[in-house]
Amino acid sequence: MDERKGWSWRLAGLLSPAAFWLGIFFMLPLMLILVYSFGRSGVYGDITITFDPSNYLRVFDPLYLEIIGRSLAIAGLTTLFCFALGYPLAYFITFKGGRWKLALLLMVMIPFWTSLLVRAYAWVVILGGNGIANRSLQFLGITSEPLNLIFTPQAVMMGMVYSYLPFMILPLYASLEKFDSRLKEAAQDLGASRWHTFWKVTFPLSLPGVIAGSILVFIPSAGEFVIPDLLGGSRTVMTGNLIQQQFLNARDWAFGSALAVMLGVLMLGAILLYIRKVGTDKLEGV
Amino acid sequence: MAKGKGGGLPDKALFALAGFVYLFLYAPIAVLIFFSFNAERSTQVWSGFSMRWYGELIRDQSILDAFYNSLIVGVSATLVSTIIGTFAAMGLARHRFRGKTAADSTIYAATVMPEIVVGVSLLAFFVTVQFQLGLTTIIIAHVAFCISFVTIVVRARLAGMDRSVEEAAAYLGANPATTFLRVTLPIILPGVMAGGLLAFTLSFDDFVITFFTAGVGSSTLPLKIYSMIKFGVSPIINALSTVILVVTVILIVGGSRILAGRKE
Amino acid sequence: MAKRISRGRFLKTMGAGAVAGSTFSILSCSVSTSPQSSGDGGGNGGGGNGGGGNSLNLYNWSDYVAEETLPGFEEETGIRVTQDFYASNEELLARLQSGAAGYDVIVPSDYMVAIMQKSGVLQELDFEQIPNFENVGEEFRGLSYDPENNFSVPYQWGTTGLLYNRAEIGEITSWDAIFDPEFEGRIAMIDDVRETLGAALMSLGYSINSTDEAELEEAQSLLVEQKPLLRGYFDSTEITPLVENGDILIGHVFSGDGMTPTMDNEDLAYIIPEPGATRWTDNMCIPNGAANVEGAHQFINYILAAGPGAALTNYTYYGTPNEAALPDIDEELTDIPEYDPPDEVFDRLQVIEDVGEATRMYERIFTEVKSS
Repeated sequence: MDERKGWSWRLAGLLSPAAFWLGIFFMLPLMLILVYSFGRSGVYGDITITFDPSNYLRVFDPLYLEIIGRSLAIAGLTTLFCFALGYPLAYFITFKGGRWKLALLLMVMIPFWTSLLVRAYAWVVILGGNGIANRSLQFLGITSEPLNLIFTPQAVMMGMVYSYLPFMILPLYASLEKFDSRLKEAAQDLGASRWHTFWKVTFPLSLPGVIAGSILVFIPSAGEFVIPDLLGGSRTVMTGNLIQQQFLNARDWAFGSALAVMLGVLMLGAILLYIRKVGTDKLEGV
Repeated sequence: MAKGKGGGLPDKALFALAGFVYLFLYAPIAVLIFFSFNAERSTQVWSGFSMRWYGELIRDQSILDAFYNSLIVGVSATLVSTIIGTFAAMGLARHRFRGKTAADSTIYAATVMPEIVVGVSLLAFFVTVQFQLGLTTIIIAHVAFCISFVTIVVRARLAGMDRSVEEAAAYLGANPATTFLRVTLPIILPGVMAGGLLAFTLSFDDFVITFFTAGVGSSTLPLKIYSMIKFGVSPIINALSTVILVVTVILIVGGSRILAGRKE
Repeated sequence: MAKRISRGRFLKTMGAGAVAGSTFSILSCSVSTSPQSSGDGGGNGGGGNGGGGNSLNLYNWSDYVAEETLPGFEEETGIRVTQDFYASNEELLARLQSGAAGYDVIVPSDYMVAIMQKSGVLQELDFEQIPNFENVGEEFRGLSYDPENNFSVPYQWGTTGLLYNRAEIGEITSWDAIFDPEFEGRIAMIDDVRETLGAALMSLGYSINSTDEAELEEAQSLLVEQKPLLRGYFDSTEITPLVENGDILIGHVFSGDGMTPTMDNEDLAYIIPEPGATRWTDNMCIPNGAANVEGAHQFINYILAAGPGAALTNYTYYGTPNEAALPDIDEELTDIPEYDPPDEVFDRLQVIEDVGEATRMYERIFTEVKSS
């Protein structure tokens, strides 16, 4: 496709509304918290900009580093689980779906279109002390006393995998769908085994979907605060909870801003690294 | 291709796994729906069938208000972001200019920045400039994150478009505005609609950014649900969830049926 | 002009498109065709809107008005009340300071009234419009946090103690129970910096308003040690059902949340632990930026009337400062010793005060405890 070169009035007209909006309501607020992160919050709600790095020094306290590390670990595990569950399903829909393909796909999408909070709430109900999970376990004789299921790190993981699974399946499906099954046949005609075909042909070609799915699951998981808030109890504080707490409870905007800046930088950095590692050509190629 | 033969993964295991994943996706929803018909207030212990929570749901004015707010926000944010995003997509897809990398990066950054970071920064911003929080601030925030999504979707559509049609129109003497309205827009319309639809869904379901930018009396449906879960769990939430689900299913299935019918 | 598309395409577009947007152009290329008519996502039944007219925004603790309070007020004045909830005084203040303008009536506790006054978020009350203030008992007027009652009128008062399952763990009398490893995983504390840190301070025998760094550090390490035993930090009204349905054995709760479930469940009991516990008074205030100041005064006046005041207490189980309401308080409530503690208990109750600069230290400690 040919492209016009250089600036023109027309181009400026097309881009300026978006530039204006994203400039004022996305970039500027980010700059603002960057400035606040070098400030100090007063007792009665004021904030003074002191330009000292004390908030960042505090972020690097092992206590908070552990929370950031824990958040990344939980997000990573969530991504892994979503992949482990999502890939077979996407594969199944694409290659075994037959005439049910659309219905099967639709069934993945229905939970996706339903409110995220509803999905998290479902697990509040299921994992509660008298919830169906506990009572099934007792009924099966696995336990006699109700177990602590809700308000555990496992409950948070469960809620996150459940909430974000469709975000993994749909891009996987989209990339597998493009895949020409004749390639597979060719590989097998040439004597490749099933697994060999899968690892050497199918999987590499679906890699863009894997990448997209992973990013879509990892990013919201790492910054999540609703799901740990509803399912996590005290042992699963994540970075998102910590940030929310600083802004809407402890009134320490300066420290909250520093945490938010850290999280933002970490996420952008992780994605850049991830993409550089796998190569952008794979992303464009789909 | 022959079924079974061409597969790279063993069929039986695949079937079992797929079945398990569907069970995992739907069992929680089934439990939710089941307890929406509970006679007592518990959402965990069954005590008999009743429709009372649906009755209470309909009578709960604050839920209706929240739904109405969500609709206002969703529709406004969709309209504004779709227009702005479409323009931006046209600019980015058709032009090469200095600063394009920066523009691209900003668009992508807005989609991958964690919501909590966007949320608190907007809160800090609105408070600092003393812009009163309310529906307006929610809409502004939603437009900001929807623009990027619309731009990306529409741009993909533009990338696949044949420019010669536009050139032909221009050659035949159509001015740029006419060319856009009569030629370009109809071609990219599906992309624009997909972008708009995506924007509406994201806006309607958004919790985190709304949580930080909402003011007094501007609770949207997700905020209302959150507050209900936090401050007084009752089967009303289950009833509300069931209604949301049913409506979603009807819209998706209905939408796809209509399209299928049209095709035939 | 636009291509007709198949159902398959439609679905693919919806799914892929919806997700795709959020990454790079990777998926959007599959968004090559698109729906002509739309099925929008996440819809919901119902519709319409109340809104408009004469309304009042109440920002309150959860489960803190009787079922008949708001309908009764609407009937009397024609003003519709919308209620939002907060879980702690700190959350209330943080929301007010982060732009939540438009609440007409808020219900902060004692020390928070003092902090809010200093932070300049409250407006003065007009007692001409609150004739029922005469119903407020002497001992609830001119309290130290607002000596002239310029900004606040008492709403209810209560204590903060422990709700526990007596049938399972036997009688308990002191804070020690919440630090007992025997109950690991079956304890919950209030997600409230002053209450939870206060419980630790009091159990150590210190003042709840201590600003002594060593004492606070001691309290911090006690809470850090306690943390593995906890189910979590929650809102008091969230803790009650956890105790009721057996999820936990001991819950740190406000007295109303603690006494209500004991009425129809003999197994449960509420105690005011030794050596000391919090006694608090919540107050009605009008924040700056209130949209309906006149309605706010009407609401305050309504709560201070005899009938509504009694209804409130009979529902929430908190004490009332409203003397006119006293004759109508249910006997089953006044029979509970913890409802109106005898002198020897009352004397060991402590009142939370604004600790000034030390507030930052409290917040920091609580954040560190929750993060540990």
